[in-house]
Amino acid sequence: MKFKVTFWRVLFVIIMILGAYSAYVRYFRGLGAVSNMNDQFPWGLWIGFDCLCGIMLAAGGFCISGAVYLFNVERLHCIIRPVILTAFLGYCLFIVGLLFDLGRPWFIWHQLIYMNPHSVMFEVGMCVMTYTTVLFFEFLPNVLEKFHLTWPLKIVKAVMPILIVAGILLSTLHQSSLGSLYLIMPSKLHPFWYSPALPFFFFGSAIAVGLAMTIFESVQSAKALGHHLELSVLVELGGALLIALCVNALLRFEDFYHRGILGQIFKPSYEAYFLWLELLLAFVIPITMLSFKKVRLSPKGLYFASLSAILGFVTNRLNVSITGFETWAGHHFVPKWTELMITVSIIAMGFFVFAMAVKYLPIFEHGPGVSEPVVERKPLRGELPKPSHVAT
Amino acid sequence: MSKGILYDATLCIGCKMCEKACAEHNGLAYDDSVAAESKQSEHKFTVVLTENDKFMRRLCMHCEKPACASVCPVGAFHKTALGPVVYDVWKCIGCRYCMVACAFAQPKYEWGSLNPRVRKCIMCPDLIKRGEATACAAACPTGATKFGERDQLLQEAEDRIAQNPGNYVPHVYGKEEVGGTSVFLLSSVPFEQFGYPSIDKIGDKALPEYTGVIMEKVPDFIPLWALVLGGIYWLAHRKEEVAEAESMEKHGGVA
Repeated sequence: MKFKVTFWRVLFVIIMILGAYSAYVRYFRGLGAVSNMNDQFPWGLWIGFDCLCGIMLAAGGFCISGAVYLFNVERLHCIIRPVILTAFLGYCLFIVGLLFDLGRPWFIWHQLIYMNPHSVMFEVGMCVMTYTTVLFFEFLPNVLEKFHLTWPLKIVKAVMPILIVAGILLSTLHQSSLGSLYLIMPSKLHPFWYSPALPFFFFGSAIAVGLAMTIFESVQSAKALGHHLELSVLVELGGALLIALCVNALLRFEDFYHRGILGQIFKPSYEAYFLWLELLLAFVIPITMLSFKKVRLSPKGLYFASLSAILGFVTNRLNVSITGFETWAGHHFVPKWTELMITVSIIAMGFFVFAMAVKYLPIFEHGPGVSEPVVERKPLRGELPKPSHVAT
Repeated sequence: MSKGILYDATLCIGCKMCEKACAEHNGLAYDDSVAAESKQSEHKFTVVLTENDKFMRRLCMHCEKPACASVCPVGAFHKTALGPVVYDVWKCIGCRYCMVACAFAQPKYEWGSLNPRVRKCIMCPDLIKRGEATACAAACPTGATKFGERDQLLQEAEDRIAQNPGNYVPHVYGKEEVGGTSVFLLSSVPFEQFGYPSIDKIGDKALPEYTGVIMEKVPDFIPLWALVLGGIYWLAHRKEEVAEAESMEKHGGVA
């Protein structure tokens, strides 16, 4: 077998070596040695990025499956498989990240026996666990088809509507609950980010980022894998993203207004700079871009608008989890390099597994018009023929 | 009856006997270097802070409705009937939500350990059960730290302020903060000077109530939202059935 040395492969190996060293430090020297977390900052980069952002970035799964199966938006059918793969992968990586962050990861199963229903984290934990299982079954047809296992495939397909509804229900709960985690800290979290509406913001941003990630990922993988990209799908997603961003922006504005801190926002301060960065990337740039029809019709324009929105909401969640606590803690939080390397190698692992899955499983082969991938659907007579669904 | 601790900073002489007794009772090392540390940590559950000639103790406040107990996903913390907020280490998974949630930043972590525990003052539940005072109260030579019935201590604290109004800040710290605590503080200087968050900041509402408003809706939300989602599914897919039925009619029943 020939192995070609490319830049990305070398980079991947370097990241994995540094990540392995960091993992060694984590499990043999402890959390204090591997990270800059301390008693003032008990939650650092891993909760801020791996958990809060990771779950948000994997939200495309429930957004798109909701659109396709629940709302019956047929045109998006062709992207459901890569989106489900990303979501499933994202949640698996979140769990890997959690195993690094928990002080006693070998007791993670305690959640199942020592339940505390008052705890938001308990709710998040149970939902994430159940939803990852649901995503596993939503992903399973890829594997079953690959090995031509017909009858298990039939069973999975038969229960798919229930799985889809369950997946959206669970996502609604835990995406918003990630925001509820911070409701109990009104005196610690900076007023720019502490709001009774946090669960709504987290749910809203999950939908916006879910759409933005789907656009970003579709364009990116089309480029990388050289397969055909359905522009009409992207245009549709771009329109939905614009609406989602506007709703999010309106919610944030209303919140600032009703809590009477609109004046504070424009006064320069350490927190204000981070807030401006967040609002600029999440709202100002992508909403302005997407307001132009030209941008909404070009893959490149949609790509950069989505990228900006993604970065903006990532900044938002890091602000909630890190920047917002710096004044209370009395010092800045900058992750240690080993802490950062754990996060980077988890992301790199995600890219690697995604590439492998695309290579060996029927993720993209199932392009438009090949067959109904997951839910059995009868062809319609009364319906206008659509280019994306020629024949079954 | 629920027990409590009253610390009167005006009686404190800063001898740190409470620190020493606390360390000994909890099996922690205590020497001059630990005594010199002016912050709480995983090996120092209580600290006597000194500023000019004023003193102030810091320790777990043992909230009436503790945030740590409410947020813990595995219920490793709970408030006992006697008053102490205690920690069951064998349940703990190490998520550190308790540390993030506590308004007084009391839970500390064993960052250097490979099997880390959360550490904080647990109000000597073993001693209290036997009817004894906490180690710190028993060790205090001036009575600055006093152990007793919570309600009586609160009354006593208010009496002391009433009898000597010039001597105290007119506020019993812990009476209303985050819905009330089992530890009360009296001081001649503002509590904020020693890092205690003011009641304007943390409020008199029990912290678990902030999440309670959302969490109590979850059991109702689940079936309702499932019904809505199911309804959307049914509606969105109904047009297919209708279209099919219509086309069946049109084509004289031949599919």
